Amino acid sequence: MKKCYFDHVATNPLHPDALEAMMPYLKEEFGNPLSIYEYGTRAKKAIEDAREQVAALVNSKPAEIIFTASGAEANNFALRGIALAKQNEGKHILVSRMEHHSILNSARFLEKSGFVVTYLSVDNKGNVDPEAVRKAITKETILISVTHASSEVGTIEPIKEIVKVAKEHNIIVHTDAVATTGNIPVDVKDLGVDLLSMAAHQFYGPKGAGALYIRQGLRIVPLIYGGIQETGRRAGTENVPAIVGMGKAAELAKKELQDRMAYLRPLRDRIIDTMAGVKNVFLTGDRDNRLPGHVSFCVEFIEGEAMLLLLAAKGIFSASGSACSSKALKASPVLLSMGVPAGLAQGSLVFSLGSGNTPEDVDYLLEEFPAVIKRLRDMSPFAQGWGDSDKAGECKI
Amino acid sequence: MKFIENVKPDVTTDIVYMMCPMHLLKLQEQIKELEQGQILEIMTDYDGALEDIPAWCEKTGNEFLGMEETEDFYKFYIKKLTR
Repeated sequence: MKKCYFDHVATNPLHPDALEAMMPYLKEEFGNPLSIYEYGTRAKKAIEDAREQVAALVNSKPAEIIFTASGAEANNFALRGIALAKQNEGKHILVSRMEHHSILNSARFLEKSGFVVTYLSVDNKGNVDPEAVRKAITKETILISVTHASSEVGTIEPIKEIVKVAKEHNIIVHTDAVATTGNIPVDVKDLGVDLLSMAAHQFYGPKGAGALYIRQGLRIVPLIYGGIQETGRRAGTENVPAIVGMGKAAELAKKELQDRMAYLRPLRDRIIDTMAGVKNVFLTGDRDNRLPGHVSFCVEFIEGEAMLLLLAAKGIFSASGSACSSKALKASPVLLSMGVPAGLAQGSLVFSLGSGNTPEDVDYLLEEFPAVIKRLRDMSPFAQGWGDSDKAGECKI
Repeated sequence: MKFIENVKPDVTTDIVYMMCPMHLLKLQEQIKELEQGQILEIMTDYDGALEDIPAWCEKTGNEFLGMEETEDFYKFYIKKLTR
């Protein structure tokens, strides 16, 4: 059976060149970067080379890149580290409702520790309004964290405009760029952010490597105390092979970025345009201003999980809701915050394309997906409407 | 402890929120970069620095000029004497 992987927001396959770069560090180059003899100095150099490659991808100085074990760790580090460092100046934090759980749950943790968090709503396309940010700012606001693009609806957020508002009030801005780094141009100078999170496996690097960009001169409280790794900001013996793989993947992403985007956009648009003709299927997020390989829908009268299972039986692998909450079987908070009715939000589905996908994969999807929808809709007791207060006709997305 | 005010440092290193042994590593690293007679300022909130930095200066033959305390952190001033 044909197998089509359309879940690149969950993770990407490792690029063969990244694997090749990693291999020596999984085998003979096993040294601890802190050791002063040659095994250590070679491992240390490998990490510093990777730091330069990652820095080049996001246009920062190498010293502004701190390696972490994941994008989630980078997000935790940014939110908690800045909140603790700045708490004498204020205890108010702004985050959007679109954020990944690693931001939302860090924010909840901070709330329990005495911080006040405002959760910013988004419009029906999934945009955070910079003017809403302005209105939410108080004298106590120390940090704003808004994702660069949500992996759930793919909308690219107006980070530059949000930074502009924040800088009028001298407030630190963090962006979770896990979904965007290596997939669209990400330039810390151009965005103007103070902190930016990324994860290697989102751009064909290995799992187990992420990074946080921290603008030079910014003070941050470490999340992990211990040794002097990462200039004392992130202790723990470095995952040298993964970091090397991240560096190589970053170098490749920088080189191939425009080609990758140009390849994915037409595939994405063909799915969007074809599915627009299918009844009861609604695109979520912005039509154009979205991640190049990202398509997300809500389908009326059908549960996302059911579609996932039937598609998987056809060899089509996709996601429902946020990649990591699809097991929770509840309406996505992101979609609810965009104003999608709870009933419709149950029927969410995300297809995220990558460089391994071919036009034939898209043909296959466009043949099978409408058939899966029809089969489930014929079975659905709600095919004539949900039959409760949550009328499908209220949907305005 | 020697307290001092209004020092004009040539180089400032900010290691606030960083723990032992960053205060000594950065000190060593930064002093190397300085010319003889230049002054280094180290900003840290690490209490261990109160003993370690004057002791390090004595051991290495650099001059510990003194420190200043702010609400959030200490500032240590070291004059490079060694080559």
